[in-house]
Amino acid sequence: MSKEAVKEASMEMQKKMIARNYEAITSKHETGRKVSSTFVPGNLNELLMCFDIVNNLPEINAIQAGMRKASGGFIMEAEKSGHSEDVCTYVKCDIGQMSKGNIAPNGKPYPNPDVLMLSYTGCYTFMKWFELLREEYKCPTLMLHVPYEGDGHSTKNMRDYIVKQLKEVVIPGLEKVSGVKFDIDRLRQYLRNSAKAEDDLVWCLEQGKQPISPIDAYFGGVYYIGPIFTAFRGTDDAVEYYKMLRQEVQGRIENHQGPLTPEGTHFNDQKYRLVVEGPPNWTNFREFWKMFYDEGAVVVASSYTKVGGLYDQGFRHDPENPLESLADYCLGCYTNLNLPTRVDLLAKYVEEYKADGLLTNSIKSCNSFSAGQLMIMKEVEKRTGKPGAFIETDLVDPRYFSAANVKNRLESYFQMIEQKRRAGGSKTTVAA
Amino acid sequence: MSGKNRTVADIVAVCQEMYEDLSFNYARKWKAAKDGRKVVGFLPVYSPLEMIHAAGCLPLGIFGGGDQMEVIHGDAYYQSYICRIPRSTIELGVTNRLDFVDGMIFPFVCDVIRNLSGMWKIMFPNVWTKFFDTPQNYDKSIGGTYYIQELKELREGLEHMTGRKISDDDIRRSTKLYNENRRLIREVYAFRAKAPWKASASEVYLLMRAGLMMDVEEHNAMLKEYMAAATLEDRPKRDNVRISIYGSFCEQPPLNLIKSIEMAGCYVVDDDYSLNNRFLMVDVPTDGDPLEALAMTYIENSVETSCKYVPDGKEKGKFHVDAVKACGAEGVIYATPSFCDPALLDRPMICDAISKAGIPYIAFKYAENSGQMQPIREQAGTFADSIKLWS
Repeated sequence: MSKEAVKEASMEMQKKMIARNYEAITSKHETGRKVSSTFVPGNLNELLMCFDIVNNLPEINAIQAGMRKASGGFIMEAEKSGHSEDVCTYVKCDIGQMSKGNIAPNGKPYPNPDVLMLSYTGCYTFMKWFELLREEYKCPTLMLHVPYEGDGHSTKNMRDYIVKQLKEVVIPGLEKVSGVKFDIDRLRQYLRNSAKAEDDLVWCLEQGKQPISPIDAYFGGVYYIGPIFTAFRGTDDAVEYYKMLRQEVQGRIENHQGPLTPEGTHFNDQKYRLVVEGPPNWTNFREFWKMFYDEGAVVVASSYTKVGGLYDQGFRHDPENPLESLADYCLGCYTNLNLPTRVDLLAKYVEEYKADGLLTNSIKSCNSFSAGQLMIMKEVEKRTGKPGAFIETDLVDPRYFSAANVKNRLESYFQMIEQKRRAGGSKTTVAA
Repeated sequence: MSGKNRTVADIVAVCQEMYEDLSFNYARKWKAAKDGRKVVGFLPVYSPLEMIHAAGCLPLGIFGGGDQMEVIHGDAYYQSYICRIPRSTIELGVTNRLDFVDGMIFPFVCDVIRNLSGMWKIMFPNVWTKFFDTPQNYDKSIGGTYYIQELKELREGLEHMTGRKISDDDIRRSTKLYNENRRLIREVYAFRAKAPWKASASEVYLLMRAGLMMDVEEHNAMLKEYMAAATLEDRPKRDNVRISIYGSFCEQPPLNLIKSIEMAGCYVVDDDYSLNNRFLMVDVPTDGDPLEALAMTYIENSVETSCKYVPDGKEKGKFHVDAVKACGAEGVIYATPSFCDPALLDRPMICDAISKAGIPYIAFKYAENSGQMQPIREQAGTFADSIKLWS
C-alpha cells in the first residue's frame, strides 16, 4: 500500500494544475494577487477569475491533509480548543491546521485570505465554518445564500434572489477586494470554457454504462471531477484536461479495459457494479478503494460526483445568461436537492447503469448528505428491487475508519448480491 | 379550557397535561369540534404562525417525543450520530400519533430537519409538507423581497391545502392576536427576570410549550391569568444565582433537566427554549401589506440564533451578551443537544463573546430523553457556587 500510486497522464496533468494553484495561493505576497477561500458546492470559480482572485478551497485542503495522514492531529487540536467532537471534521481539520502553522501541501504557509466567499449551498455547516474563520482572519465575508429546493424544484423567486445577491453583494464586494472592475464578457468567456469541459466530463461519467466500465465513478471519479469542482472550472487548462481524460476513457473502451487502479493494473474483472451514495473517506482512501477492486466491485455511478453540479442531468453553464446560469448551478448541486429528488436520481442511476445495487457510505461529519440516507437506501431498494448496503466512515477523521468493519460489510454485501443473482433477483450484467 | 381564579398550580397542571400528551388530544378535539378544520404541525425554530392561523388552521408545535416515548421505529431511520428530535418525530408519525395532522412545516434550522422535510414527503404523501426557508440576507431589498415572495408561496400552499382563500385582512387579524401573544410572553419573561422565585423555569417552560399547541386566543387568556396568579404567589426568595440558558432552541431538554438546574441553585431568568413565540421581538405592523410587515419584522427585529447568519463579525454573540445584561443574569449555561450542528458550531463563538464580556459560563450537552440528572445538578450547582463565591 505504501508504493507510489500509478497515475495516468490526466492525473499527472491535474497534479500539476493543483500544484500551480497552491503556488499561486502561497505566493500572494510576492505576486500581489488576492486570495479567496470558498466551498466546492456552489463554487463561483468563473466569477472569482473575473477579478484575478485565486481560489483556495478549505474542503480540498482538508482532503489533502486527510490523504497525507495529517488530519487526525489537526482535528484533535481543534477539539482541545473547544470545538465539539460532534461537528464536521473538515471544519476542525481546517481550524486545527491553523494552530499548527497552516502549511500548504507545497510546504509553504497558507496566507490569510483576502475574502471569504461564503457560497452557502446545500450545507448548513458552511455558514458557521466561515463565521468561525472570519473571527480568525478578520477579512470581508461575502455571503451568497442559495435557498434549498425543498419542493423538488427551483423557483423564479430563488433564482432572482441569488442573482440579486450576485449583483448587489458579491460582485461589488469582489470589485472592492480586488480593485478590478467586473467585466461580464470576461465571465461569458469563462462560462464558455466551463460548458466545453462539462460536455467532456459528462461523456466520461456516462461511460460507466459500458459493459466493462472504463471508469470508476467514485474513487476514480474523485479525479475526474477535480478540476471542474475546484479552482479550474472556466480555465483553458480544464478544457484541455477533460479532452485528455476523454481520450483516455475512449482508449480504455477500445481496448476493453476497466479503470486503472493505483497499483497500475487495469481493473477488467468486474464482478459487481455499484452505485455509491455519499462522499468517500479520505484518510484511508487507497485502502478503501482496494477493498472494492479486490472483490471485483466497480462503481459505475455516484452521487459524490454530483456534489459540485448535476451536469449529467443536462445543466451547463450558459454564457448567454451568465448570472442566471450561476444561480441555476448553485441551486442544482446535489446536496441542495430534496430527498425525493435524490431517491429519484439514485434509482435512475441503478437502472440506467445496470447496477447490482446502491451502496451508501454514510459520513459522520456530513449531516447534509447523511440525514435520511437509510430511508434513501430503503426507497431505492423498493423501487429497483436491487439490494442496498450501508457502511459508515468519516471524511478526514481517522478515528472513524474501521477497516475490518467496512471490509466485513462489503463482503457480506457482495455475498448478498450473489444470492440475489442465484435467486434471479439481479442479473449478472458484466460482460465476459 | 380556562377557568376562573385558577392558581399557578392549576394553570401549570393544564399545561403539563398538554405537554405530556403525545396523542395531542387538545388538537384532535379542536379539529373535531368543527367540520373542515385542519391542523398544521411545525417544527422548531421559527414559522410565521400567523399564516397558519389566518388559514383557519391550528398551528401545532412538534418538538419530538421528549423523554416519555420509547423510540423504536425512528432509530431505524437514523445513524447513531444524528440528534434525537428527528427520530422521535418520525416515531410520532409512524405510530399514528400525528394521523390527524393535515400539514407539516419544516422551517430552516439545520440539514437534519431540512432533510426530514423530504422524508416526510415520502413517508406521508397525503400530508401537505413544506420546507420553509427564511432568508440569510438581511437587506430589506434583497432578503426582504425574497421573503415576501416565500410568504406568498406559503399562503398559496395553505390555501391549496384548506381549499379557502386567505385574505390580507385574515392575516392582519391573526397578526394582531400573535402580537398580543408575543407582548404577553415578553411580559412573562420580564416578570420572571424581575421575580424569578415567583415564576419557576419549569412553570414558564410548560406555559410556553402549551401555548405552541393551543389556540392563540386561549393562550393569550391563559397568559394573563398566569400573570395575575403568579403575582399573588407567596414564595420564599432563595439564595440562588441568576442564569440564562442558551443553545436549547431546537431539540428540547427533558423537563427534569430544567427542574434540576433550578434545584441546583439557579434561577433561570432568560432562555431560548421553544423560541418560535419570541422569534420576532417587536409587534408586527398591522397596517399596509401584511406579508411585507411579517417579512420586514423578521429582517429587522428577529432574535439572533444559531440558524441565522450574522453578517457583521463584530456583532457575533453581542445579542446574547446584551440579553444577559438586560435580564440581569450572573452567568450563562450553554446547554445544547448532542449532535446539534447549529448550537455546537456556534458554541465557541457565543461562549467566547460571553467570556470576553466577563460573564461566567458552563456548557454541556443533553438529549431530549436524557435520564441521569445527577451530573447536571452537580455541574449547575458547582457553577452556581462558583458565581456566589468568586464573581
